[in-house]
Amino acid sequence: MAEKIKLPDGDVIICRCEEITKQEIVDAICEGYLTVNEIRKRTRSGMGFCQGKTCGRIVRQLIARYGGVEESTLTPAHARPPVRPIPSSAFEKGEDLL
Amino acid sequence: MIETDICIVGAGPAGLSAAAAAGEAGASVLVVDENFKAGGQLFKQVHKFFGSENHKAGTRGIRIGEQLLDRARKAGAVFRLRTLAYGFFENGVLGLYDMDSQELGLVKAKKYIFATGAIENVLPMKGGTLPGVMGAGAAQTLMHLYHTRPGNEIVMVGSGNVGLIVSYQLMQSGAKIAALVEAAPKISGYEVHARKLLRAGVKMYTSTTVSEIKGEDQVEEVVLTELDSDFKPIPGSEFSVKADTVCVAVGLSPLTELLQMAGCKLYFSKVLGGFVPLHGRNLKTTHDDIYLAGDCSGIEEASTAMEEGRIAGIGASAEIGFGTDKADELIKQAQERLDELRQGPFGDRRKSGMEEIFTEYEKGAWA
Repeated sequence: MAEKIKLPDGDVIICRCEEITKQEIVDAICEGYLTVNEIRKRTRSGMGFCQGKTCGRIVRQLIARYGGVEESTLTPAHARPPVRPIPSSAFEKGEDLL
Repeated sequence: MIETDICIVGAGPAGLSAAAAAGEAGASVLVVDENFKAGGQLFKQVHKFFGSENHKAGTRGIRIGEQLLDRARKAGAVFRLRTLAYGFFENGVLGLYDMDSQELGLVKAKKYIFATGAIENVLPMKGGTLPGVMGAGAAQTLMHLYHTRPGNEIVMVGSGNVGLIVSYQLMQSGAKIAALVEAAPKISGYEVHARKLLRAGVKMYTSTTVSEIKGEDQVEEVVLTELDSDFKPIPGSEFSVKADTVCVAVGLSPLTELLQMAGCKLYFSKVLGGFVPLHGRNLKTTHDDIYLAGDCSGIEEASTAMEEGRIAGIGASAEIGFGTDKADELIKQAQERLDELRQGPFGDRRKSGMEEIFTEYEKGAWA
């Protein structure tokens, strides 16, 4: 585990959906979580409404910068359905109605 | 289960062009789009296109959109608007959600063309979650689709073509551009767009960044800081601009989730906007039944998106037996036009990015 870094702009929000700050993400990187999937599981960044469409790119750049990982190897987090928010009531009605 | 020869996700320039091409080849075509209107970014492009006549130069984007939509409809394409494509499943089935009936559906197509476009990049900034901060594309949507001016005094961040064009459109809607900010030492978009703004007296700050956005309940003030040649803020150089809106135009990222779900291999290309699905010159991905076109194949322009859509539409149809007699010739013509579009200082970089992807695809190491 690398030593924690105190950021001057640590309170800037990176994942808006789950309100995860830059400091929380960089802390996780220093703890040794060095993939987008791991950061998602550790911090919940990318687990909200937009499923990481907004913050995924920034998280990748932060891992590259603070974790020393080559950006081209940091593939996006696993994509799972639904890729857009859908009310769960729709799934109750059935999946093949159109 | 809805069955069709070709299913296209996204009705922007790439999707519409693919729909017209596949329909004209004789395939049955279903086009799905989440918006209430087909046309995608074309309906926000009130400016005239550049290039040669082949590429619709001199015509406004909105007219190109209307023409393409008309052509796709005449070719028999069926449109499902306000419908989300929410997932792609192992058995080659696409899941849909109709936002009006609030019901789910399933599609089984022989070939899919994903033309899902891109999402605007965000810039993490202090105060960046205040109401009034938005993407430049979002501001454009508010103006051209909802006829709403996003604000009165705007700070535009980013001087690429999107930042420049949207600034001008905001002025046309009656807003004032308080400042246009660019981190690089020079304006990055076309000079013709930049000059329009300069002539109108817009203040442009190069080697400058937003260090903080201040405000109680919404944007009230934007603090700017000058940057040195290493893009580091110069202490003491801060100055404030009064504004109620900040528009961010710092590039786009391809939207690839559905393709990822289908198992399409990705490839990292900085110049094309990040991770893009690996694909060949024929716009086919590493999945045998999936093609792609437009910004999700790498960030370019509406004109390239339309040519890519055409190639994908013709290729996908030919593969299942439609329009096979003319396919090779039509694809060759579209590829030549695509090469013409990928010229010049902006085009060259994208062209080499694309060539790298094609080479990697042709190696077949992913198979």
